[in-house]
Amino acid sequence: MFESLQEGLSGALKTLRGKGKLSEANMREGLGLVQTALLEADVSYPVVKDFVGKVTEKALGEKVLSSLDPSQQVVGIVHQELVDLMGPVDHSLHLKPSTTVLMLCGLQGSGKTTTCGKLGRLLKERERKPLLVAADLQRPAAIEQLHVIGEQLGIDVFSEPGAKDPVAVCQAAVKHAKKIGCDVVVLDTAGRLHIDEELMEQLRQIDRKVEPEQVYLVVDGMTGQDAVNSAKAFNEALELDGVILTKLDGDARGGAVLSVKHVTGVPIKFIGTGEHLDALQEFHPERMAQRILGMGDILTLVEQAQQKFDQDEMAKQEERLRKGEFTLDDYRNMLGQTKKLGPINKIMSMLPGMGNMQEMLDGVDAEGGMKRMGGIIDSMTPEERRLPSKIDQSRRRRIATGAGVEPHEVNELVKQFEPMAAIMKQMAGKGMRDRFKMMQDLQKGLSNPNAKLQKAKVGTGKRLSSAERAKLRKQREKEARRRKRDARRGG
Amino acid sequence: MGFFNKIKQGLKKTSQLLNTDVRDLFKAEGRLIDEDFLEELTAILIKTDMGVAPAKAIVDEVGTKFRARVMQMEDVLATIKAKLKELMAQPEEPIRFAAQGPTVIMVAGVNGAGKTTSIAKLAHLFKSQGKQVVLGAGDTFRAAAVEQLTIWAERLGADMVKGDQGSDPASVAHRAVARAIETGAEVCIVDTAGRLQTQQNLMQQLTKIHRVIGKQIPEAPHEVLLVLDATTGQNGISQAKHFTDAVNCSGIVLAKLDGTAKGGVVVAIRQQVGLPVKYVGVGEKPEDLTLFVPDEFVDALFADLIAPAAA
Repeated sequence: MFESLQEGLSGALKTLRGKGKLSEANMREGLGLVQTALLEADVSYPVVKDFVGKVTEKALGEKVLSSLDPSQQVVGIVHQELVDLMGPVDHSLHLKPSTTVLMLCGLQGSGKTTTCGKLGRLLKERERKPLLVAADLQRPAAIEQLHVIGEQLGIDVFSEPGAKDPVAVCQAAVKHAKKIGCDVVVLDTAGRLHIDEELMEQLRQIDRKVEPEQVYLVVDGMTGQDAVNSAKAFNEALELDGVILTKLDGDARGGAVLSVKHVTGVPIKFIGTGEHLDALQEFHPERMAQRILGMGDILTLVEQAQQKFDQDEMAKQEERLRKGEFTLDDYRNMLGQTKKLGPINKIMSMLPGMGNMQEMLDGVDAEGGMKRMGGIIDSMTPEERRLPSKIDQSRRRRIATGAGVEPHEVNELVKQFEPMAAIMKQMAGKGMRDRFKMMQDLQKGLSNPNAKLQKAKVGTGKRLSSAERAKLRKQREKEARRRKRDARRGG
Repeated sequence: MGFFNKIKQGLKKTSQLLNTDVRDLFKAEGRLIDEDFLEELTAILIKTDMGVAPAKAIVDEVGTKFRARVMQMEDVLATIKAKLKELMAQPEEPIRFAAQGPTVIMVAGVNGAGKTTSIAKLAHLFKSQGKQVVLGAGDTFRAAAVEQLTIWAERLGADMVKGDQGSDPASVAHRAVARAIETGAEVCIVDTAGRLQTQQNLMQQLTKIHRVIGKQIPEAPHEVLLVLDATTGQNGISQAKHFTDAVNCSGIVLAKLDGTAKGGVVVAIRQQVGLPVKYVGVGEKPEDLTLFVPDEFVDALFADLIAPAAA
């Protein structure tokens, strides 16, 4: 998500590298670039001005002048400012033990109905009993959409077919929830323009008559400068309690998050990172700021890995690696584990320094590729997986047919696997730090798109003296002469 | 209602906002064009989402022309408008209809941009021109998207072809085109599911739909329209690029221009991708769609400002 902002900022800060001390003069260019980067990331103009002003002020302080590495200092300040702008954190939905009402509002097409489903799923996971309320009577088939989502999730959905008044629907829904024992009510209101007085008044009506405990604004992460206007209007009408930012799985620079936070002052609760109903994450300003600055989002990755990786399986693999074994079977397992983490691009974006890598992967169908690779390995016999060198032409053809790919793809996989296995074996004995360095080396190799992975040099097991080599050569020559002679006599 | 009035109505809030901003920069006796002025002007232009580069181009133009002089608002405004018109220059481009047989229009865009509503508006437009319309409900992914289009088709009296949720959208597109050929309909509009331009596999699916349509009628789809939400910021450029790469878009439908968002990103898109805007959506009703005329668009943006100033 934020890659572009990230790239812009790291480009901007690069110009500061190697400057002895920070002064207004040598910072001007860098900060100008920071400003452009933020503007191109759709952060609203006043917010950008404010931001750059604060950073300049802090950077020009005494502490910085005595600093040895000014670029780091500026990164630190920019980072801290970003965190300050986006924080503080409050992920709580403030649920009461009794019936709690949450209300979602926003512009048309910001993703309210999908988010409603995602929240329902989250609540169910937390062992609450949610009721989703189809209060969008405006858009054709909005009610059906919520019903389908509710069905997929096994969550109750309340709607009144033919109803005209959303306020009445919401009131009836709360009553219904109490009756059937649902303890959280999520109101999915119709999308509306913040300048549509009539519809904004309707929202106020719902707010007054249903008294939701929490009101969340759903904002499209791709919104531009206008984010300030709409967020402000909704906040004035309703006193928002939080913001949910959607569609952040694309390449949107997401500057709207800074703008919305700035004008509403309410916490960003969640971010939507995909169309599937489990793609809702808690918002972390620290992580987001790190991501923006290209420091990577290791925490989220570790958290996800812990959730999704099979710990036992990991331990087993680690053990095998330590013994220096890494076969196609292990590779297959690794692919499976990685897949659980989510799309490759998403993972890459969380790793420090991998922002560029992601751009390279752009246009490569990483998931499809992984699926095909898994299929190829699945079509091999256990023996072939252990000793891929056994795979000859006829085996290759059989595997390709089994996996539904072209024979050359089997070849490519095996070729890819060899250097990888060597690296994995080398990694086994090393600590996290060395592994990390190796990953970066690997990445450096990869940044040349034409280069294949270097085949690591591996010992042949014996070292010959020059005399022995000469003897071997003589033997080979003698053998060649003999073959030639035989061939002449035979012919 | 003509384009000018419609768009003016749609942009009313927008231009009010922009105009008060610009007017604030001037006093009755004119204003000195200095760095402060240019800075303020930049801020106003950036707020339209036109992007840093076009805003800079306009500010530079104003700077070179008037720097260090005391100017009246009308003169500066005329320069801004002229430059903006130059940046947006494009021929007036309505839908190009096929010489014979149905004209196939494919509609694509990110999630929630307003594709289905825009299709309803387009269908209404063609119906009002006395044309038969077939709609293809190609959004087989999102829950109830087909129902949404069905309701529109019923309201507008258009023919519709649909598949089950989760079925192959390319097959729906194929059948929609086949139906149009069979019934002799003049226009076939194919809806597609919303997708983010970075979702590689979904973009490939879009390319496939495009290809399948082309198999029935060689030059189809005759138009590929990208629906762009006017509130979208600089990401609109990426959307235009990626969608054009995938399905060779022929134009943009700028939806939701009735809010305070100015849709200025189309200036940047015109510059970087070359994609023209064809239609503008200014409301939720089927008739709230109007042909895009760049010069009038720019004029409408500043219209309220000129009138009182002249009076």
